[in-house]
Amino acid sequence: MTTTTRSIPDRLRSPLERNLKSWESLLMLVAIGIFIANSFASPYFLNAWNLSDATFNFTEKAMIAFAMALLIISGEIDLSVAAIIALASTAMGAAVQAGVGTEGLVLIGLAVGLACGAVNGFLVTGLGLPSIVVTIGTMSLFRGISFIVLGDQVYKGYPADFAFFGQGYVWWVISFEFVLFAFIAVIYAVILHMTNFGRAVYAIGNNATGALFSGIRVGRVKFTLFLLTGLMSGVAAVCLTSRLGSTRPSIAFGWELEIVTMVVLGGVNILGGSGSIPGVVIAAFVMGLVTFGLGLLNVPGIVMSIGIGALLISVIALPRLWSMWRG
Amino acid sequence: MQLELRPDVSNAAAPTPLLSLSGVTKTFPGVRALSDVSLNLYPGKVTALVGENGAGKSTVVKVLTGIYQPDEGDIRIDGEALSFPTPQSAETAGVTAIHQETVLFDELTVAENIFLGHAPKGRFGLIDKTAMATRAREILDGIGAKIDPGATLKDLGTANKHLVAISRALSIDARVVIMDEPTAALSQKEIEELYELVESLKARGKAILFISHKFDEIFRIADFYTVYRDGQMVGEGAIVDVSEPELVKLMVGRDVSQIFPERDHNVGHDILEVAGYDHPTEFADIGFTLRRGEILGFYGLVGAGRSEFMQALFGITRLSGGTVRIDGAPVSIASPADAVASGIVYVPEDRGKQGTIGALPIFQNVTLPSLARTSRKGFIKLAEEFKLARDYTERLDLRAASLDTDVGNLSGGNQQKVVIAKWLATQPKVIILDEPTKGIDIGSKAAVHEFMAELAAQGLAVIMVSSEIPEIVGMSDRVIVMREGRIVAELARDQITPETLVSHAAGIKEDAQ
Repeated sequence: MTTTTRSIPDRLRSPLERNLKSWESLLMLVAIGIFIANSFASPYFLNAWNLSDATFNFTEKAMIAFAMALLIISGEIDLSVAAIIALASTAMGAAVQAGVGTEGLVLIGLAVGLACGAVNGFLVTGLGLPSIVVTIGTMSLFRGISFIVLGDQVYKGYPADFAFFGQGYVWWVISFEFVLFAFIAVIYAVILHMTNFGRAVYAIGNNATGALFSGIRVGRVKFTLFLLTGLMSGVAAVCLTSRLGSTRPSIAFGWELEIVTMVVLGGVNILGGSGSIPGVVIAAFVMGLVTFGLGLLNVPGIVMSIGIGALLISVIALPRLWSMWRG
Repeated sequence: MQLELRPDVSNAAAPTPLLSLSGVTKTFPGVRALSDVSLNLYPGKVTALVGENGAGKSTVVKVLTGIYQPDEGDIRIDGEALSFPTPQSAETAGVTAIHQETVLFDELTVAENIFLGHAPKGRFGLIDKTAMATRAREILDGIGAKIDPGATLKDLGTANKHLVAISRALSIDARVVIMDEPTAALSQKEIEELYELVESLKARGKAILFISHKFDEIFRIADFYTVYRDGQMVGEGAIVDVSEPELVKLMVGRDVSQIFPERDHNVGHDILEVAGYDHPTEFADIGFTLRRGEILGFYGLVGAGRSEFMQALFGITRLSGGTVRIDGAPVSIASPADAVASGIVYVPEDRGKQGTIGALPIFQNVTLPSLARTSRKGFIKLAEEFKLARDYTERLDLRAASLDTDVGNLSGGNQQKVVIAKWLATQPKVIILDEPTKGIDIGSKAAVHEFMAELAAQGLAVIMVSSEIPEIVGMSDRVIVMREGRIVAELARDQITPETLVSHAAGIKEDAQ
């Protein structure tokens, strides 16, 4: 039986063909459509500095969204990300009062993010609790600590060179944040699409039992993903605090919703198992362009948040409705 | 079909059946689960249904309880032909089943469990809780169960849960009670109590179908027996006219005509030594050695603890004690990843959930445990992945459109080949196959057997867990028989016969042989 040498082809469809028929291609068309619509809707849109400003609408959120994408693909979720920003920012604010310099502040921000990620990771993988419940709990916990420390106060007085992370420009209109966003996007795309670790993430998200039975260290992979999500929240906390120049306990309030929306809009299956980083990158631009366009048209923030909520539900419901309609 | 009693039993001994099944055939895609079978149950009598795993016992229970619809055949109660399109219609006709794993609801009370679906109704169609509690009390008292109807089910022990299940059967005024391995989870004292209950049901004229693998209890409480083998009825009669060896012969008495590959049975040195493997509930004191080039069969009834032990050996299940040595060196296995690293791999029985990742393509399934070999510093090398996947899937003669096809779209036999290819690609020392040919077609079955023989010939040590007697007899160099979580026999090649396997697995005493 083993003497048969009937060769099975590797692939029937080329990767290019597969990519062209993907959600990502569709989303790209949507992004281009919104860009064109915006440029007609407002005369201020097609301006290099305005467009550069618009990127701040999504860069910090997208940094977290990349790590969140991996976490959701693996079948877990972290709703505490915005609260981690609040806690990390509060820690940095407190450190400023104690006279810590810029390097120390960055380290503190990242360390608090990592520590929060480790708490979530331990509760989910060590104790086997469901991540949605754990991170709703830590969401209240982390922001709660921030409220207790700060009350109705504000931390200010960040050092002048600390402002570079959120306000600095690398070249002409290209901000430091935008460069960092692009760099992180490439890192996560490589991790997810080109490494053994990324393959394990997909395997776990599709069938965690099967992955375990195939010798994948499922707990270790998930713990690492929570650490990464915490770390990215720390990075976002440094950028956002630097951009605002102050810390209030309500900082980044409600961002977890926008970050999850960005991930799902990018084509990541909310139930885990599939999705891509290029999809999340395009989704980040789409959300940034929509928010910016609506801002230019003077649409109030509360209406925008209604829009974000509606967007999240439609993106999840559309494929289901589509398949029901096709019967 | 007429009742075929053995000639030495006078017809006077056989009353008219209360329920009779005749000419029943049930096919599933690719499998004929029941072929023209009959079954007769008599009022006030216990009929034991015996047969190997897969003989069709569970299927016939599902036909009787309205879960499956037979393709052909009659079900008659008191001579009247009936059909059970739904489980409710079977209940209405007075047929009820107490299953192996009782289907009850832990968070509800005893009374609610007993009357679920047919609770006494009061005003406005609401449940009359008082009437329900009173009637539950009456039924429980009737079977001598000291259980509070208001207690929550989860607070009861296994034996009392069984009594609740039986009360539920009585609450619908069942005339036919099916007991599917009711003693599997009970202690000896609880079993005695169950026997008393069966006696009281008999006294009330219920017809009882008793399914069991344990011969001592069959001879203790049954009045009649019916034997199924491979979906056919092969014998029935009065229990007083049959001996244990005769019954065993009826159960296994097929000619082992399936063709198994020729093997030279050359075994090498010891490669795996397991000692003192203990689990709090599933198995105890498992120890054996395995040699290079050997196929070691593990036989036992369903629930004997074979799969549980194998999963512990593979690092899935936590242990309370035990040691493993590979090539004489002790290894510590705390996870499947550790097991794979030590050279032990496991092909699980549940291919869909444990064996494969259905939504991922074939090549990614195959390389999943071998990614370290198809990558450089953690970066995937696609060309090497495809090469490794192609090498091993072609050795197994996998049939697929491309290696990029999702595994979920393959047939059971081809999925099994993907799982085996996945493990061979890790170049293991010991491969554990758990029911390797369950649910796959005859052609793929032969291919898996042939491949297993070839692996052994190449020096791999093979553990084969199987409930199929022909497969155990046809493939094994040595067989370990497990019963109730323990090793009860180790049979050398010349001792492996269907009769010895069945009698050790079922715990038939030596003197009865």
